[in-house]
Amino acid sequence: MQNVQRVVVIGGTSAIALATVREWMSQRPGLQVVLAARPTPARADVANELRGEGAVVSEHDLELTDPTLARAQIETVFAGGPDIDVVLVAAGVLGDQEAAWTDVDAALRMTDINYRGAVLVGVLAGRRLREQGHGAMVLLSSVAGERVRRSNFAYGASKAGADGFYLGLGEALRGDGVHVLVVRPGFVRSPMTEGLPSPPLSQDPSQVARAVIDGLAHGRRIAWSPPAMRWVMAGLRHLPYPLFRRLPV
Amino acid sequence: MAWASSASCVVYSVGMTSARAGDPARAGVRRSLTGWGRTAASVADVFTVDDDEQVAMLVGSAGRRGVLARGLGRSYGDAAQNAGGLVLDMTARRAILQVDEATGVVEVEAGVSMDQLIRELLPLGWFVPVSPGTRQVTVGGAIAADVHGKNHHRDGSFGAHVQELTLVTGDGRVRRVVAGEPLFWATVGGMGLTGVILRARIRMKCVRTSTLLVDTRRCANLDDVLAQMEDDDRYDYSVAWVDCLARGAALGRSVLTRGRFATVDELPAPRRDHPLTFTSRTRLAAPPGWPNGLLNRYSVGAFNEAWFRKAPRARMGQPQSVGAFFHPLDGVAGWNRIYGSSGFLQYQVLVPLDSPDAIRQVVASFSSNGLASFLSVLKRMGSGNPGYLSFPRPGWTLTLDIPAGDPATGMLLDRLDEKILEVGGRSYFAKDSRMTARSAHAMYPRLSEWREVRDRFDPNGVFTSDLARRVQL
Ligand SMILES: Cc1cc2nc3c(=O)[nH]c(=O)nc-3n(C[C@H](O)[C@H](O)[C@H](O)COP(=O)(O)OP(=O)(O)OC[C@H]3O[C@@H](n4cnc5c(N)ncnc54)[C@H](O)[C@@H]3O)c2cc1C
Ligand SMILES: NC(=O)c1ccc[n+]([C@@H]2O[C@H](COP(=O)([O-])OP(=O)(O)OC[C@H]3O[C@@H](n4cnc5c(N)ncnc54)[C@H](OP(=O)(O)O)[C@@H]3O)[C@@H](O)[C@H]2O)c1
Repeated sequence: MQNVQRVVVIGGTSAIALATVREWMSQRPGLQVVLAARPTPARADVANELRGEGAVVSEHDLELTDPTLARAQIETVFAGGPDIDVVLVAAGVLGDQEAAWTDVDAALRMTDINYRGAVLVGVLAGRRLREQGHGAMVLLSSVAGERVRRSNFAYGASKAGADGFYLGLGEALRGDGVHVLVVRPGFVRSPMTEGLPSPPLSQDPSQVARAVIDGLAHGRRIAWSPPAMRWVMAGLRHLPYPLFRRLPV
Repeated sequence: MAWASSASCVVYSVGMTSARAGDPARAGVRRSLTGWGRTAASVADVFTVDDDEQVAMLVGSAGRRGVLARGLGRSYGDAAQNAGGLVLDMTARRAILQVDEATGVVEVEAGVSMDQLIRELLPLGWFVPVSPGTRQVTVGGAIAADVHGKNHHRDGSFGAHVQELTLVTGDGRVRRVVAGEPLFWATVGGMGLTGVILRARIRMKCVRTSTLLVDTRRCANLDDVLAQMEDDDRYDYSVAWVDCLARGAALGRSVLTRGRFATVDELPAPRRDHPLTFTSRTRLAAPPGWPNGLLNRYSVGAFNEAWFRKAPRARMGQPQSVGAFFHPLDGVAGWNRIYGSSGFLQYQVLVPLDSPDAIRQVVASFSSNGLASFLSVLKRMGSGNPGYLSFPRPGWTLTLDIPAGDPATGMLLDRLDEKILEVGGRSYFAKDSRMTARSAHAMYPRLSEWREVRDRFDPNGVFTSDLARRVQL
């Protein structure tokens, strides 16, 4: 994937998405960026910063906790306009892990944003890119979805669902000129993890940004960030449960 | 089908509700297409078209994503792709319709290749008026890109040798377009965006033999080769191969080859009986699945070194075949695969004659960045033609092949584009896969005039391509 000219960011204020957009802009200024996010001052700040750096930015409202509204909003994002080269799906919440399996509202909020939102975008972006006959979708998944564990299983399960959906979507769209990349970062120091202690192999958003761009350049289906995470998770994936349960993860 | 009354150049128009539309035997195939550089694939519904009616019907039925003709796909970038739309594969339309043996004027279908023209007509003493570096291009592609060859300084580009075109325009009409009309010059170099060329009448070049007499000279550096090329006019054909990895005092060292077709008397005695024989075989096939990164500065450097050393310091009048002189790469089928799965791009720029320094800067940046370029070619071009988007103009043109995939390369080329623009130079659409809309518009100042003509014949914009969308033509 070269010549990225126009990108749509779902979760337009995400630190990881912003780092990725900047990485594209460092290669070629004048990028067109469509930011879909809640209409907050944070979104306006991001849009203005990117404009100041030379991007052509447009803003769309998106509230994933209201599925009916979200559907209409995402439809608007993908209706018309010049061709889209990349759709970056970055919206996500970590939330309170204990509330997310004990409180119905918290549990549904997590699935609405992380899973249902990703699926909505996957279907509608897939339709658009397929009509175009080219383009890529990138899902920011997580190592937490690779093997769901006690400490954050509600989050992990929502990510695992989205991860599986996008891997399948990539297969379904293979003949249509549409590429799907699933990126599985480990711990990233971003607003989402603010206040949490940094574990080993933790990273900055810019590292994930490079994994996205590199993964697209090489036509990968899955990219790990940092790359070593792949081997850590390969080890964990097949660990017998009694052992897995006792790990401090 | 309804014959139009006396409307100037319209031959006839075809009913859009043709029953053939639903004919499964003529259905399109959804297929992924790339250019010769194998980057930026996109998917389109590809129709292998056979008759005029079908072309007109498909043009009429093009949806929002439009329609585009495609020849043999030898353009390097995305010029012959139309993501999400229709692509008409013209290569099944390969009839040579008429040959006037006395004048060398031929009427051919647009899918006829240079290879076919040479095979069938060289034995009669007629050679293609302009030959690109491969015979595997169609007449339609040669007109749409207004291709140039080693004789550009003398004979101009392909469009100069076309007398008349038959074109399906955006309204589904079949028109005859005579050289000189605005639509003619919008189509020559128009990259398929003014319509589908069905047929063309071309004036071939008279030759007595199929052998070239070639003078070869090694040039120590760029200044040397630029100076040598000052007297190109003594030769019909001229081109220099540049080693873009050489540095320092040897920066731009080159092998200059120039020649002309031999007369019968100049042939060695045994060949005088059959002076016009043309034989050419594909000797090797590059295996599929070459690894990425095989061509790096070391392997290419070694190749370039060997090539340079092999060339004689100076040799005069060496006989060479058409294939060896014009199409050396045609000997290796599928050689574009040696760049691996990431593909490659070709960077061809043209700068005015008084700005050779811009060429020097391009060569110097490749050399200092150690960017592997296999076979870089330098040519001095002659006058341009009235084609609005036609690439050639008087100046120096340099062509480099570069492995794709490294973002640093893209950034370097963007910087070089700026330099080229500063001196009033340009890049070639038929090779390009990366230039921005802004540079394209600055490099082709007659774009707005071209658009006026295009809009007149295609008011709804049914003709489009990945290139057209990328650089906003
Ligand atoms: C090894 C090699 C060497 C080359 N050397 C040279 C060179 O020396 N000089 C030079 O000028 N070029 C050169 N080229 C480029 C090549 O000549 C052009 O890209 C040419 O246009 C390719 O013709 P094609 O039939 O493959 O067309 P395609 O690549 O299929 O299409 C090229 C363009 O022509 C249009 N087109 C094709 N057919 C039609 C039609 N029937 N009606 C309307 N539009 C049509 C397409 O829409 C597209 O815009 C070289 C390419 C290769 C691979
Ligand atoms: N940080 C990590 O450690 C880590 C690790 C692996 C994977 N990831 C994944 O990477 C992605 C980006 O994370 P990040 O670190 O960049 O986090 P971030 O900066 O917190 O970004 C999260 C994004 O989600 C959006 N969002 C939250 N709730 C929303 C809602 N209800 N409706 C619409 N959008 C909503 C946010 O928009 P608002 O501005 O409107 O809140 C924000 O743009 C997430 O999917 C995350 O799961 C993160």
